[in-house]
Amino acid sequence: MLQILRPDGSLTSDPPVGIDRTRELFAAMLTARRYDEKATAIQKQGRLATYAPFRGQEAAQVGSAAALRPDDWMVATYRDAAAMWMHGYGWELLLLGRMGDERGGHPADGVPVLPPSITVGAHMLHAVGLAWAARIRGEDRIAITYFGDGATSEGDFHEAMNFASVYRTGTVFVCQNNGYAISMPVSGQTASATISQKALAYGMEGVRVDGNDLFAVLAATNAAAGKARTGRGPTLIEAVTYRVGPHTTTDDPGRYRTGGEEAMWRDLDPVERVRRYLVAESAWDAEWEAQVLAEATGDIETAVRRAESLPAADGLEIFEAMFERLTPDLARQQGDVR
Amino acid sequence: MKTIARSINDALRTALAERDEVVLMGEDVGRTGGVFRVTDGLLETFGPDRVIDTPVAESGIVGTAFGMAVAGLRPVVEIQFMGFSYPAYDQIVSHVGRIRNRSRHRFTAPMVIRMPYGGGIGAAEHHSESTEAIYTHIPGVKVVVPSTPYDAKGLLLAAIDDPDPVIFMEPIRLYRSVKEEVPDEPIRVPIGEARVVRGGADVTIIAYGSMTRESRQAADLLAEQGIQAEIIDLRTLTPLDSDTVVASVRATHRAVVVHEAQRTGGFGAELIARIQEEALYSLEAPIERVTGWDIVVPLKRTERHHLPNADRIVRAALRTLEA
Repeated sequence: MLQILRPDGSLTSDPPVGIDRTRELFAAMLTARRYDEKATAIQKQGRLATYAPFRGQEAAQVGSAAALRPDDWMVATYRDAAAMWMHGYGWELLLLGRMGDERGGHPADGVPVLPPSITVGAHMLHAVGLAWAARIRGEDRIAITYFGDGATSEGDFHEAMNFASVYRTGTVFVCQNNGYAISMPVSGQTASATISQKALAYGMEGVRVDGNDLFAVLAATNAAAGKARTGRGPTLIEAVTYRVGPHTTTDDPGRYRTGGEEAMWRDLDPVERVRRYLVAESAWDAEWEAQVLAEATGDIETAVRRAESLPAADGLEIFEAMFERLTPDLARQQGDVR
Repeated sequence: MKTIARSINDALRTALAERDEVVLMGEDVGRTGGVFRVTDGLLETFGPDRVIDTPVAESGIVGTAFGMAVAGLRPVVEIQFMGFSYPAYDQIVSHVGRIRNRSRHRFTAPMVIRMPYGGGIGAAEHHSESTEAIYTHIPGVKVVVPSTPYDAKGLLLAAIDDPDPVIFMEPIRLYRSVKEEVPDEPIRVPIGEARVVRGGADVTIIAYGSMTRESRQAADLLAEQGIQAEIIDLRTLTPLDSDTVVASVRATHRAVVVHEAQRTGGFGAELIARIQEEALYSLEAPIERVTGWDIVVPLKRTERHHLPNADRIVRAALRTLEA
């Protein structure tokens, strides 16, 4: 398993980025965590429908998204808000989606991020098609797709890996192995010793990295993205991490795992690890972190306010969103609602 | 004179030549030209980046084509037989038909999924399915079924132009058994418009795809008895052209709906519901259904008991006239 940054903040080898970029990515991880906390909090107040926290997975998401070019495609899931935000999908839209408003699925022009996949597994094929289309069109855009350990049991995982390898599409598969698919531990999901080894069967390179190590994730994704961009095919990255929180705000992890296990992973916290590194490099001080958090809090509060104050749709736009042009039947049904 | 198979080949060739975004994908569509030879010769002309032989994986084909469509290509996918489409059903229901709404028009999936369908050629199990109702029931996709070479070409080109996903059903048993003049030039037949195949004042027979031919034969037999049947070929199932159906039934006061798919929950039930909503007081008799039975499509030796034929349609029409 690739590790560059040890839990104590020391290095096993050279980091893939310098101090300035590391500080930027640390700030992004802090911001993402602040969003996760805020979303969890306002869900408890009934202001979001359900929410799927990503606490503990900040390095896996920020580190991998940091390896992308702005025009690269991203196809992610409901637990990948940090990666999507890194790639331009605003907090406001992410919140809007969780408030139960389809307008949250419409990112700004120029943001090549599909709305988060809610079904498990099917979306990996979409990333293969997106990268394949880029190749057919002679573009060097790639596509990254995020999924969990549970998704690797789906048939579509197999088909996506197979198609990507057969056609050497520029697809980067990022599996955040966070230990659980709701209540099912990864040991009940697969008999393979690792998820990354599954790549072998498809003639694809598989890489296993410490998913709580920002540098390892970034280095592995840099390599995979470079390969994808130059027509050398797809890569499966298994980022070994842990879902510190529940599956969603409706879940109770106490029913299927122990507090001891959770405490062990809390000690491997990905944010703390980068902080230790920056401290050792004399590139961190409490005042700077407080300032980063204040800015993050301000931005996220603004996003919440804007999402909540967006005038509610009357609900009938959905009839117009079925096809480019409203069909006669849909026009009649829309009229019947009114 | 061209067959339906030839017309579809013409349409695909036209679309590939007209637009660089069009790509064909499917099992055996390239080197062999498809199991029905519908894509014959296209790989040679357009190359392996445009005419793509895929692994045997229907969800993979539709799922990757969906990604291509979102990226701006116009994939035309072939599912070898409709009975093999079910592994791709999740992709169609959960993604292809939803992306326009779940992204509120930001991303769309303009793609065509071709599916040879239906019985009558004594094929192996799973090769004779007519399960259009599982596709007409879902939002966000259109379902089109030609019955003539002209419509096959015109509707397929319209489907490829369409900004939304279209399921394009091709009646296997009519592939080479129906011939007519079809222009070499590109033609378009609008999606969402039924066609009155034959005018008649006494009873309306509503059919589509393979059953259009049986209905025409039935109309010939009825004419020998002095009964003038009006035949409607729906051509598009969703969005349905209710107006043409309702106008005809209001004029004839009698209706027979025909499909080879199983009866319960079939598309005929939807047609009957529309007629009773819009034209109940014009009816002089209960509406008749001539359909396949609620059984698995039988194999070759007994398939004839399942598939509606002209005699069954004639008897149904006569019942509406006796009432």
